[in-house]
Amino acid sequence: MSAGVCFVALSVLRAWFLKYFFLNLYVILSMSADLLRLYVLKYYGLESPQYEYAYYYTDCLLTVALFVAVISLASRVFGELNLTRYVRFVAVLLLLGTVGFSYAVVAQSTERLATRFALELSQNLYFVGLVLTYLLWGAVLKLKETRTRLVQMVLSLGLYFSAYAGCYALVNLAPKYEVVQYLAPILGCFLPISWSLTIMRHSEDSRLIPARLVAVPR
Amino acid sequence: MMAAFILAFSLLTLLMFFVSYCRSLTASSLHTSISEDVRDVTGIQVRAAGRDYARVIQILQLCPDRPEDRSGLQIVAAYYSFLNLLEQGFAKISPAVRTWAEEERAGCAHFAAVALGRRIALNREMLAQQVEL
Repeated sequence: MSAGVCFVALSVLRAWFLKYFFLNLYVILSMSADLLRLYVLKYYGLESPQYEYAYYYTDCLLTVALFVAVISLASRVFGELNLTRYVRFVAVLLLLGTVGFSYAVVAQSTERLATRFALELSQNLYFVGLVLTYLLWGAVLKLKETRTRLVQMVLSLGLYFSAYAGCYALVNLAPKYEVVQYLAPILGCFLPISWSLTIMRHSEDSRLIPARLVAVPR
Repeated sequence: MMAAFILAFSLLTLLMFFVSYCRSLTASSLHTSISEDVRDVTGIQVRAAGRDYARVIQILQLCPDRPEDRSGLQIVAAYYSFLNLLEQGFAKISPAVRTWAEEERAGCAHFAAVALGRRIALNREMLAQQVEL
């Protein structure tokens, strides 16, 4: 929570709030979701259906917000090529496709449709987000994007999506290991902390050579 | 089957993003040279080598903490441990991995040495302020 407050406060104080609007929106939504979950947990308890609904629906909302954040970064990377419109169009198509696919999977299930749909959509969006971030990283390298802030924000998102998608896949493979339960709070702090560090350490003019960052030099 | 594929893909991308993220942290310190003070206390001659990392970290822990450095140092420490594991595991199979890991470890040592330089400067500043008072 404090990492989120730090990121939003820094963005407002240094007048970057609108520049990184969708990242700020995600952090604000994440903090609001935490507060809502706490409230529901306090009044209804951990085992209640209310908490289950609140947890899965806020998680789903946060995943969509993060998906939009990735698209906003992709728009910046492709902005110089005037491809922003196409990026948004593909993003909307992908989002609708993922919603449709998740619904099709859930429609075959006999469990409670509403929570199952939110969970399925979150899982699928984490994977789609990971693939998108991977493609975005490829574009950063191909287009020789040098803005340090942008590069580090994309890399943070990649780490976050990989970890979450991996956790969900592990839960599906071995349901008895509830890794998400333990890793979620740690991963939840990671994005605001790494984004805060990025905007504190590097100015907007700071540049690096992305080709030097690839694991296996080409 | 699908879950296994997603798990394998996620682990691969996690590793790739982790290495790239850590390299972006160490790369940011490469344009800063190691100060004279740090050279004196650590014995680093021209360039930091991978083996200097542990010594630099020991001295870092003796200096007053700078909160803004903390998380960067923790991530680089995790990267350094990962490189050690990689070196121990693959060095015999592939000498290229060993060379690569050693270069990366030297980058980690340089990052820590630059952080140490900042802490020594902060320490000096604090001391000067106390003397003035």
